[in-house]
Amino acid sequence: MTNRLLEIRNLEIDGESDEVWHEIIKGLDLDLDRGEVLGLIGESGAGKSTLGLAAMNFVRPGCRIRGGTIRFDGQELTEQSETTLRKLRGVRIAYVAQSAAASFNPAHQLIDQFSEIPVVHKVKSRQDAEADAKDLYRRVLLPDPNGIGYRYPHQVSGGQLQRAMTAMALSCRPDLIIFDEPTTALDVTTQIEVLTTIRDIVREFNTAAIYISHDLAVVAQMADRIMVLRYGELVEESTTRQMMSDPKMDYTKSLWAVRSFKKEAETAATEINPVVKVDNVTAGYGEEDILKNVTFEIHRGQTVAIVGESGSGKSTAARVITGLLPPRLGEVQFSGEALPKSFKSRNKDQLRHVQMIYQMADTALNPRQRIRNIIGRPLSFYLNLRGKQKEERIRELLSLIELEPDLYIDRYPDELSGGQKQRVSIARALAAEPEFIICDEVTSALDQLVAEGILRLLDRLQREFNLAYMFITHDLATVKAIADNVVVMLQGEIVEQGPKTDVFSPPHHEYTELLLSSVPEMDPDWLNELIAHREKHGVMTSTSTS
Amino acid sequence: MNRILLMVLQRFGLGLLTLFVVSIIIFVGVEFLPGDIAEALLGQGASPENVAALRHELGLDRPAHIRYIDWWAGVMQGDLGTSLANRRDIAELITFRLSNTLFLALTAAVISVPLALILGVLAALYRNGIYDRSVNIATLGAVSAPEFLTAYVLILYFSVKLGWFPSLSNIDVNTSFIDKLHQVTLPAVTLMAVILAYMMRMVRASIINLLASAYIEMAHLKGMPKLRVIVKHALPNAWAPIANIIAISLAYLVVGVVVVEVVFIYPGLGQLMVDSVSNRDIPVVQACAMIFAGTYILLNLTADIVSICTNPRLLHPK
Repeated sequence: MTNRLLEIRNLEIDGESDEVWHEIIKGLDLDLDRGEVLGLIGESGAGKSTLGLAAMNFVRPGCRIRGGTIRFDGQELTEQSETTLRKLRGVRIAYVAQSAAASFNPAHQLIDQFSEIPVVHKVKSRQDAEADAKDLYRRVLLPDPNGIGYRYPHQVSGGQLQRAMTAMALSCRPDLIIFDEPTTALDVTTQIEVLTTIRDIVREFNTAAIYISHDLAVVAQMADRIMVLRYGELVEESTTRQMMSDPKMDYTKSLWAVRSFKKEAETAATEINPVVKVDNVTAGYGEEDILKNVTFEIHRGQTVAIVGESGSGKSTAARVITGLLPPRLGEVQFSGEALPKSFKSRNKDQLRHVQMIYQMADTALNPRQRIRNIIGRPLSFYLNLRGKQKEERIRELLSLIELEPDLYIDRYPDELSGGQKQRVSIARALAAEPEFIICDEVTSALDQLVAEGILRLLDRLQREFNLAYMFITHDLATVKAIADNVVVMLQGEIVEQGPKTDVFSPPHHEYTELLLSSVPEMDPDWLNELIAHREKHGVMTSTSTS
Repeated sequence: MNRILLMVLQRFGLGLLTLFVVSIIIFVGVEFLPGDIAEALLGQGASPENVAALRHELGLDRPAHIRYIDWWAGVMQGDLGTSLANRRDIAELITFRLSNTLFLALTAAVISVPLALILGVLAALYRNGIYDRSVNIATLGAVSAPEFLTAYVLILYFSVKLGWFPSLSNIDVNTSFIDKLHQVTLPAVTLMAVILAYMMRMVRASIINLLASAYIEMAHLKGMPKLRVIVKHALPNAWAPIANIIAISLAYLVVGVVVVEVVFIYPGLGQLMVDSVSNRDIPVVQACAMIFAGTYILLNLTADIVSICTNPRLLHPK
């Protein structure tokens, strides 16, 4: 008997958009042995998820399998009836989705959603299924394993939901689990815990797995073998260690690129008055304080990175500075003068000097306006530019963000790529000729190569115009690349701040240490060593309170 | 549980406030119309003295705000007052009319709500198929035609040409149930044409929206049978939007009834209201408006309560 579990040959999948079919997967082969973990890596649109789902012979609405074979445990899936396939799904092949919060049904308790798989497929009785659920909840290290199943999804944290979903995938002890970006939506500290759980459980049950991620460092910890995909085609395939130490193709090497970008020299504060000073600010929504006594300053030509997990108050700080959320206590100063608390009472000049670039360029740009109007609006609003002067300035700004003016000035946002849209957002912020720009997770929705381009552009503009940036991010690799100063936030308070070199070199604050050590590294042994280290020294391993 | 009770009470209070505002708007609105009941009753040839005498007799010479407060005082004691046109007790006048209107609206609702749900879910399941497309075209057509047009077309074919149903509804206290049903058929079908189409399209849209969610895909990937996915995974999350759709449609039904009743001379509340507006019979208009507004508010309140009670986040707080 052969050890081969899954064998995909020459798979072709088409997707439909605007009534036109185009190829998503262009003739891919994939082999997987029992108990083996295969990593699928690539940027968005590479076809990773489509390929992963195809292992269950499942395609999303608007897609179709055009050709090829999918052989699972000797059975040709493309020839099976929908009923046969249904009996396979959940029982022999299970799926763990990217967002557990969205993939658990909000109307049912976790344990009901677990039990329905073995019960509907007549593998176990309801009673046995519930007992098994509690046992698995214990093994994936969920708190209160006997009680947590009776909670509803919204009563459980994101990291816990992701583990509950891993437990659910195991309910029928499948031969294969497909993990589709299971940790992408989590904070780094939570990601570690979930990664460890997934890896241990997969080994313990000797389950084969396909692990999909855009993050090479994460895949390196999980997979025995890695396939790099791009535009629905295979770029490179080899064992994890070989791929890490000796990538063959240029594209694979380029996936490291953002980590190699580094700001040239750090800028020290030059003048006495900072451009922006957040002075002892307390702010929040309703009764709750999200920011507590926060003080930091940003000087001309400097980049200050605000780091922290979701809920730590990073974006709230931005809202206070822009005046969208008037603080309860404290004030925001601009060049030594206090700004009115609400944007409504600030004058045009005060508004002009604080600009913002958002995470999702898709939603931050009006889809019904041409680029000319998007960039032109701040020019006429703040600077009273009209006619020819305005037109010239728009073209100048487009050249600054490295987009050919003749080609792009009359386009709509929909006619641009993700990276180009973010460049337009930058141009719109620049158009106001501000002294200070808030960049809120501006690269997190972008692929690594594109993100690197954006960072380089921001860096160049900073040097040319002596701009001050406040960079909100949860990605420490980005922080290391571009920041001068770092502010580390935890639950609305600043735990540590100072020049990057100080914050990032020991001795660290306990929480900074946790954050830094939680960022996955390319070394396939990184996770093992980290876990061993943490167990030995008994350091803080989590900030989750629920 | 207390939180839910509190929210329901809050909504209820808001409903009462709305009702109060509606009563002011109606009163002021009718007050602004040219002419009053004295002129309407006595006709154009009446001498100014006669009109003034009648006004005094009906109490119309008192300032508007006094009359409004008087009216509220009556309502608080359960007295809707008497019609200015024929001196009859309004409560009595309305009871028979209201029961007719409710009969018409209920007949339309009982048939159209379940039908709309079934058609809507089917259209969502077989979306973009021939069934979906033809249902879509038919319902779009029905929505686009105004009620009076639909009504006259129905009358033309089913009473004038075929003679199956009466074109005028002739209902009194002694009409039998079967006979009533026969009389009510054409008005009910007119009403159904509009709300059925509207409800069906909204149900289809909200189910399609729901079927695109990640937890539905997950249910398929867990190998759940199609029917179970719909019944167990989609429906529990669909109650809130569906309850809203039904409430809005039924509320529309109550309003749409006015036009339909006028076309078919159906002895219902809507017709009474239209007649009373044209003779400036303020107390009757007020009473009818309160009933329409109350129904509207009650239906929306019910929809709110259903959405609150089926929302797991509210039912099972952290």
